[in-house]
Amino acid sequence: MAVLVDKNTRLLVQGITGTSGAFHTRGAVAYGTNVVAGVVPGKGGTKFDDSIPIFDTVADAVKATGANASVVYVPPPFAADAIMESADNGIPLCVAITEGIPVLDMLKVKQFLAGRNTRLIGPNCPGIITPGQCKIGIMPGHIHKPGNVAVLSRSGTLTYEAVGQLTALGIGQSTCIGIGGDPIKGTDFIDALTLFAEDPETHAIIMIGEIGGSAEEEAAAWIKANLKKPVIGFIAGLTAPPGRRMGHAGAIISGGTGTGQSKIAAFEANGIKVAPTPGDLASTLLTVWQPR
Amino acid sequence: MKIHEYQAKQLFAQYGVPVPQGFAAFSVAEAMTAADKLPGPIWVVKAQIHAGGRGLGGGVKVCKSKTEVQERASQILGMQLKTHQTGPEGQLVRRLYIEGGADIKRELYLGMLLDRDVGKIVVMASTEGGMNIEDVAHNTPELIHKAWIDPRVGVQAFQGRDLAFKLGMSDKTVNAFGKVLASLYELYMAKDCSLVEINPLVVQGDGSIIALDGKVNFDDNAMYRHPDIMAFRDLDEEDAREIEASKYDLNYVHLDGNVGCLVNGAGLAMATMDILKHYGSEPANFLDVGGGATAEKVTAAFKIILSDKRVHAIFVNIFGGIMKCDTIAEGVVTAAKEVGIDRPLIVRLEGTNVDLGKKILSESGLPILTGNDMKDGAQKAVEAAKKYAAAHA
Repeated sequence: MAVLVDKNTRLLVQGITGTSGAFHTRGAVAYGTNVVAGVVPGKGGTKFDDSIPIFDTVADAVKATGANASVVYVPPPFAADAIMESADNGIPLCVAITEGIPVLDMLKVKQFLAGRNTRLIGPNCPGIITPGQCKIGIMPGHIHKPGNVAVLSRSGTLTYEAVGQLTALGIGQSTCIGIGGDPIKGTDFIDALTLFAEDPETHAIIMIGEIGGSAEEEAAAWIKANLKKPVIGFIAGLTAPPGRRMGHAGAIISGGTGTGQSKIAAFEANGIKVAPTPGDLASTLLTVWQPR
Repeated sequence: MKIHEYQAKQLFAQYGVPVPQGFAAFSVAEAMTAADKLPGPIWVVKAQIHAGGRGLGGGVKVCKSKTEVQERASQILGMQLKTHQTGPEGQLVRRLYIEGGADIKRELYLGMLLDRDVGKIVVMASTEGGMNIEDVAHNTPELIHKAWIDPRVGVQAFQGRDLAFKLGMSDKTVNAFGKVLASLYELYMAKDCSLVEINPLVVQGDGSIIALDGKVNFDDNAMYRHPDIMAFRDLDEEDAREIEASKYDLNYVHLDGNVGCLVNGAGLAMATMDILKHYGSEPANFLDVGGGATAEKVTAAFKIILSDKRVHAIFVNIFGGIMKCDTIAEGVVTAAKEVGIDRPLIVRLEGTNVDLGKKILSESGLPILTGNDMKDGAQKAVEAAKKYAAAHA
C-alpha cells in the first residue's frame, strides 16, 4: 500500500527536457518509477531519451498515456501555470519541485485547486517516495529502504538526514513526503498525517518542521486528538533571528510568531517527543517505538 | 526586498493613497532646494534607511524654519543612526526625505500582508498608530482589527466600512479610508508585495486621510517581473557579504557567532546552526549552497565566510544526495587550496560515495578535521573554535 504513490503510479513530467527535469527523470526511471510521458510545449511528437513520448499539452499526454501523477520541473515564472494545467486535466497528484514561485502565483493556484480533485505536493519540495516502488522528485533513492516509518518534512536535506539515520539502523520507510518550504503549499502537515493515519504500512512517523507559520502547532494538536501511531518531531531554526528569511521563503519569524521555541512547546504539550539535535532523529524515534 | 520610505510614498501616490508633499535629498544643498519647493511653515527632515524606529533614534526632526532644516539635515545626513532594528552599530544615513507637515488629529495603523495559514491577504488596522505594531499585537491584541481579502474578488467596500467604524471614523473619513484600503490592495497585488504598512495613517483636522509614513516589502521571487521596483534597490542598505553571496546563488545570512557554516539545503543549514548552539557555540552565518555545490560556489562561500574575522572555525555539513560526496570533497579541497584557509576546517560528509569523499579529504594534505556524523562534526567545530579563540585572544 503506502501513501499516494506506488507501483501503479504512471508519471508525467512537466519540463522533462530542462536541465533538472531531464536529470531527475533519468534518476526516477533508474529507480523503477514508471515514467509514461513528458510535456514540453512545442516539442510534442518527439521522445525523451528515445523512449518517453513528449506531448505539447497535459491533455494530450493524459489521453495517450493514462498518466495519473505529474511532477513539475518548470522554471518559476511558468510553474504555477503548469500546476494548473495538471489540475485542469484531472491528474489526481501533482508534485511541484520548482523553487522560487512568486507567492501571489501560488495564491492563484490555491484558488484554482479548490473544488478540483488534484492533490498538490510542494512547491519548493524534494518530492515523494515510496521506497522500492516509486520515486517522484529529487531525493537520492538509494538511501531509502522499504519499511514502516513515514518521514514528513518541510526540508529536503533534513528528510534525507532522517532517512539516512533510519536506514543505517536497518529501519525502512513506508512513504517519505517533503511538503516544501514555501508559505503557500498544496499539502500541509495535517493533510499528510491524515493519509499516514489510514495507511496500514505506516507504523510510526518522523515529522520535521521549521520556523515560520503555525502549521506545526496545529499539527501537534491534531496528532494528540486523532493519531494513534507514535510520532516524534524536530524543529529547525531555533537560532534563527526574527525577521530574516532563512533560505526557504516560508522560514521566517514575523511578528513574534512562528518561533522554534513555540513549535517545540506545542509538540511537547501534546505528548510528542522532540529530537534534541538533528543527529538524533532515528534514535529518538526508537525511544517511543520499536520495529517488529 | 525592502525600499525606502520616500520610494514607498511614490508608489502610494501612484496608486492613489494620499501622502504629504515631499522630496528626496542626497545632500544638504538638495535638502534646501526641497525645502524651498515646500510651502511651510512646517518641514520634516527624515533619515532614509531600511530600518524602523528612526524617530526614536533621532532620525526624524520637525523644523519650523529653513535655517532649522539646514541644521537638522547636516546633523542627520552622515550620522550613524541606531534603532532597535539596525543593531548596535547603527546604519549610515545617506539619503534624506524632506516633507511638508500634516494637521494631525488622530494617528492610526494600517497594514497588509499574507496570512499563510488561511492563504489570503489579511488587513490589520488599529487605533494605536505610531506605535510598534508588534508590541500592540502582544500587549493589546483586541486593539488590532482584521479583515481577510477573498483573492477571487479583491477587497470589498463593506470591509473598508467595517474597519473604518471600528477605528471610530465617521462621515467622509469612512469613505476616504475605504479608498486608501482599495488602493493599497491594488498596489499589493500589482507589485508582488509581501508587506504594505502605513504607520501612522493620519486623520487630519478636515477629516481627510494621509499616509505619514510608508513601508513596502516585496516578494524576491517575483522581482523578475518588476524592473521598476528593482530600480528602487539600494545596495548600501544591504550586507556586503549577502550581496556577494547572491551573485553566486548562495543563500547567506550574516549572524553574530563565531562558527562559520557551509551547508546544502535550507533546513539542514538551520539545523546546523542549532546543533552548534546545542554544543555551546553560536553560528556566524546561515549558508545554503543549494543542490549543486560546485567548486566555484564552495570557493565563493569560503571567501565570504572567511571575510568575517569573528569566524574562528568553519563547519562544512553536506548531505550529498544527488551530488556525490567525492565531487563535493574535490570542491572543498580546490576551494581550500585557492582561498588559503587560515582557520580550522571541519567537514562532515554523508551520502553517495562518502568513503571516496573522505579519502580525497585525508589525502589532500590539508589540515581538515572530518566529522563522522553531524553530531561529531558539530562538537569538533565547537571545540576547534574555542581553541582558536583562546590561542588568538
